[in-house]
Parts: sequence; structure tokens; C-alpha cells
Amino acid sequence: MHDVTETKTHSSGQALETAKLGIWCFLATEVLLFGALFTAYTIFRVSDPQMFLTEHLKLNRIFGAVNTIVLICSSLSVALGIAAIRQGKQRMLRICLILTLVLAATFLGVKYAEYSEHIARGELPGTNNFFSLYYMMTGLHAIHVCGGMAALGTMLVMAYRGKFSAEYNTPVEITGLYWHFVDLVWIYLFPLLYLIG
Amino acid sequence: MTDVTAHTATDDRGYLTEKGFWSWAATLDHKRIGVMYFYTTFLFFLLGGLLALVVRLELMTPGPSLISDHAFDVLYTMHGNMMIFLFIIPAIPSALGNFFIPMMVGARDVAFPRLNLAGYWIFVAGVIVVLASLVQPMDTGWTFYTPYSAKTGAAVTTISFGIFLVGMSSIVTGLNFIVTIHQLRAPGLTWFRLPLFIWAMYATSIIQVLATPVVGVTFLLLAAERLLGVGFFDPAKGGDPLLFQQFFWFYSHPVVYVMILPAMGIITEIIPVFSRKPIFGYKAIAYSSLSIAFIGFLVWGHHMFVSGMSNTASVIFSFLTFFVAVPTGIKVFNWIATLYRGSIFLDSPMLYALTFIFLFIIGGLTGPFLGALATNVPLHDTYFVVAHFHYTIMGGTVMGYFAGLHYWFPKMTGRMVNEKVAKLAWVFIFIGFNITFFTMFILGLMGMPRRYAEYLPQQQGLNIVATVGSWILAVGVLIMVGNFIRDMFHGAQATANPWHSKTLEWQTASPPATENFEEIPVVTEWPYSYGKKKE
Repeated sequence: MHDVTETKTHSSGQALETAKLGIWCFLATEVLLFGALFTAYTIFRVSDPQMFLTEHLKLNRIFGAVNTIVLICSSLSVALGIAAIRQGKQRMLRICLILTLVLAATFLGVKYAEYSEHIARGELPGTNNFFSLYYMMTGLHAIHVCGGMAALGTMLVMAYRGKFSAEYNTPVEITGLYWHFVDLVWIYLFPLLYLIG
Repeated sequence: MTDVTAHTATDDRGYLTEKGFWSWAATLDHKRIGVMYFYTTFLFFLLGGLLALVVRLELMTPGPSLISDHAFDVLYTMHGNMMIFLFIIPAIPSALGNFFIPMMVGARDVAFPRLNLAGYWIFVAGVIVVLASLVQPMDTGWTFYTPYSAKTGAAVTTISFGIFLVGMSSIVTGLNFIVTIHQLRAPGLTWFRLPLFIWAMYATSIIQVLATPVVGVTFLLLAAERLLGVGFFDPAKGGDPLLFQQFFWFYSHPVVYVMILPAMGIITEIIPVFSRKPIFGYKAIAYSSLSIAFIGFLVWGHHMFVSGMSNTASVIFSFLTFFVAVPTGIKVFNWIATLYRGSIFLDSPMLYALTFIFLFIIGGLTGPFLGALATNVPLHDTYFVVAHFHYTIMGGTVMGYFAGLHYWFPKMTGRMVNEKVAKLAWVFIFIGFNITFFTMFILGLMGMPRRYAEYLPQQQGLNIVATVGSWILAVGVLIMVGNFIRDMFHGAQATANPWHSKTLEWQTASPPATENFEEIPVVTEWPYSYGKKKE
């Protein structure tokens, strides 16, 4: 993410544009990565809707709903952080980043409790296609949450070192975009897995 | 005075001046990263070639002779895996693309140099993991088809992870190129003044970014099937083995355009330079690259005509497959139109470029035989497919790659290629290639299936021909490699622009300085205005 500043051939305004184009390309890759799993989901649900209906009742909707709210709040906090640093508010940015990290950790904690519950009941990745999809999709998503936390943590350290200002905040903005994407995936996963009608 | 210039000429080796391991391993210079990619991938070209030679040797006799059937399975599988994932896919984009895209757009580096270096080391990590899988080598064919790949004792999980890493490197490279081409073009270098190699690489990068994640997740699911008992591809658990094929080919068909498009880009650069004529049909070639990339995403099903896909799907896929031939044909006709009444110089790059056109036409025209349903069924999984594939990918991509290596060798090393030896190597490669692979068309029509260590005795004659051809081909490649190595150290000193080319990479020293250009050039016209002014 520092790379942009090193390339001498363009101005800082162009640097932001370059970084943004980079992250959008990366997000396109991510969409395709999850896209394959969503395709598998569609195929298996169409071929065996009854199994999906009965199996999804074994998921804990309360946990799922709580996690949805947690992630939406984290998206809000990261957006507030970006808005803050655009006005040069260093302290506010740090608070927002810490809040986002806490929310992300909460999400993973809830997910851990959920997984434990399923494993205790013997509902494993190999149980049936519904649980295979459940574990693969939420698992891949959880890995992305971890990746997002690493990025947010890096931003926090950089924020404490005073690297960002109203003029230069590209890395925060890029991390924010990635974090919104991670949330968005969950917004789709929640109804598809927990709320089958 | 002359002493001084001689001194600076040998001392200042441009980007190659700095020496030592870390000056390479930790470099952010796109040129050095390109060179590292070149060596790594070329190693696997030689290794994969060696495996193919053993495969051909075994096929000298119809019965078992040299190696066991299992060893045969391993050899052709690893030949495919190494050639495809470790050589062909990364070779042109990551090696020549890295070196020349920034130079051709008049930039000092790619948009994200650190990401570029990370991409290289991810690639190396992937290579190491793939090599580690040789402890229990793959025997599934390079296509990893389930259910066998989910059950075999080979190290499928390991190699899947290795290729996952190689794929990440591919994505990172493609992403970097897209952003570089969008953002770092020199002043005045509008989209329609870009060299057509850049257009080809742009289309390639889009495929890399959009197709690679799908094969990544497919290998992830395959690993989950083996490790966690997930059953997406296992009918016993309600899964579908065809789904694996769909996912696999959703990547692996578009990726043949990752292989061929950059080579087409190289040919498009070389032909106008060596016929001293402006390229014919600039916009048509530019758009045809993009449309090949686009249509390439819609035709993967033609690999599965005999896999039990529905008839409706087969008909649609067959229909769409013929569409790919249109933009491909546009390119070929434009190259030929460029050659028409040009002043053709048959230097080694041009020789390989013309070879590309000749072989690729044969490879391309045998494509519709396989794309048509009626002829696909009897030809499926025969040597006809092997021949078609090698004519397009070896006769196409590898010849394009060789053309590019001879063309850009002076720029990359600062020295000239020995033309006589280069042409001698070409004679062996051209003859050996055709003897080896044209024979396979006939063997395929005779019904010889691919991937078997044994065959009917009446097919032995042609198999011996193909094997002897493979030796001639190997001799040619060895001469070429030997020539490159010799010329790197003892070749004649290259001038900045030995071919009198108009693209930007030639408008700076050979080898170029680390920052590529002393001053960022300002572009005022397209790069193909040959024959207009006095040269």
C-alpha cells in the first residue's frame, strides 16, 4: 500500500486513483472467488430444496442475526473513521479503528461459539451438502475477516504513528473498501444460509 | 576518447550493474523481477520437456518397455502441470510482460512494485510446494478430474495448494498490469497509441484477475473433499463430479487465452518492425484481443461434450466456440495484410513470428473439428486433441515466446543474438516440432487415445516417427538455449535500437537504466509509423 507513493511518475491525486483501481480489481477477484461457492449453493439447493430446508433449521438464527448487526456496525465505524481522517481528526480515526477491530473480534467469537455448537452435535463439514456449503462459505468468509483485521490492525499502528492526515489517507480508504466487501459477503450469506423460506 | 566510451560501455550495464543475491531477491525493479520470472519459468520448460521426452521414449513400443504404467501416468501428468501452471501461464505475462509493459507505456515501474515482488515470491513458494508433492507424485492427468483425484493416494492436496499459490501470483501480476496500463501511461500515450502488445496484455490480465480465483476455490474444495470429507464432487454424498469439470474449465479454458494472447501481442509487435510497414487494422487487432478474452469466458463447456452434459448445453457451447474463431481470424488476416508488399527482413524474431502464424493456422483450423459436436465425439481424448493443443500452445505460444526472446534479447542483456546459430536452432525446432506433432493428428484420426502407455501394434510406425521428431525438437531447443547463454556473455554489443523499432522500450539504452528513461518520453503518434519517414 506504500507502493503508490513510491512511484514517482504521478501526483498524489493520481496515487489515490491508482490505489482505488487496484483494490477494485482485487475485489473483482474476490467476487469470483465467492462466486464459485454461490454457484455451488444454487446448484445443490435447486437439486435438493427439501434437504436445505430441514438442515438450515439446525443453524442458530440468533447468532447469525447478532453477527449481521455486529458487522453492519463495524462497516459504519470504519466509514466514520474515514470521514474523520478526511477532516484531519486523528483521535477519532483511532477510536473508530479500535471499535471496528473489537466488532470484528466479536464476530469471530460468535462464529467460534456457533462452530463449537455444531461440532458438538456432530454436524460436520462432511455431514451433507448443506453443512459442507455452510462451513466452506462461512469459513472462507471468516478467513477474510481475519485478513481484514490484520489490515485494520496495520492501519491502527500507522494511525498511532501519525502517518495519516486530511491530505494523505489512501491506505485507510482502501482498507475500508475491503472491509465493506467482507461485510457485503456476509449480508448475502446470512439470508442464504439462515433464513431459507 | 574512444577508450572512454569503450570503458563506459562495458562498465555501465544499466539495470544489470548492481550485483549480489539481495540486489535481485529484494529488488523492486520490474525488469529484474521479470528476469527472475524468466529463469524460474524457463527451468520448468526444460524440466517439463524432459518429462515429455521420456513419455515419447516409452511410446516407441506398443507394449510396456521402459517404465511402469503408473510412472507413465505420473510423467504425462507432471509434464502437463509443469508446462501449464509453471511455464506457459506465467512465462510471457510475468517474464516479458513485467519487463516490457512499464517500458512500453513509458513508465518507470509498474503501479505496485512491492506487490510485484511479493507476487514473485508467492510464485516461488508455489513452485516449492508443487515440487514437494513429487514425494507422492500426481497421476491424475493435469486436469485433476474427480472422483479419481479425490481418492488417489497421490499428493493431490499438496499440489493443489501449490497451484493455488501460483494462481495468487498470477492474479497479483494481472492486477498490477491493469492498473499500470490505466494509470502510468506516458503523456500523449492515448489508448489508441498503445502498442498492441499492451492491448493483448490488458486482455490477458483481465482473464487472470477474473478466472484464476475460480480455479483457486475449486482446488480448495478438492482439498476439503480429501481432508474434511466435503462431498461437492462425490455422488455418494449428493455431489456432482461434473461440477468439478465445470469449475475447472471455467478457469482452464479462458486460461488458454492467457497463454495465447500475449504471444499474439508479441507477433503483432514483430511483424510491422520486420516488414517495415504500419500494422494493418490496428483497432481491429486491439478489439479482437478484448473480444477473445470475453468470448473465452463462455466456451468452457466444449471440454465436456462427452462428460454427460445436457445436449442443449452442448449445442450452445459448440455454437459459442465457433465465435472465438472470428477475432482470431481477424488477427491472422491483419498480420498477413501487414506482410503484404512489406520489405521483409528474415531475422530470427521474424522467423519465429512467421512460424507462429504458420503453425497457429494449423492449430487454429483443427479447433473447429473439435468444437463441432459430430466430430468431437470420435476425436475426444485422442491424439488429435494432443496435436491440436500442441500446435496452438507450442506452435503458437512457445514460438511467440521464442520470437519475443530473440526480439528483446538485445534490450534485456545489451548484447545481440548470434543470428546464424539462432537460425540453425530454428531449423531443428521447426522440423522437429512438425514431425512430432503432425504425426499425432494422424494417430488421433486412427483412434489412438491419449494418456495410455500402450497402444495397438499397427500404430507403432507413426509413434516412432513422433518420438524421433521429439529428439530433433530437443536438439533445436538445446542449440537455442546454448546460443542464448553464449551470447549473454560474448555476444556483440547491442545498440539502443538494433531493429529500428518505434515502440518506447527501444528509445532508451540497452540494457535500460533502473529508472528506464532519463526523462519520461512524450508521445506524439502511434508506434507503427514505419515506411513514412526516412529511417
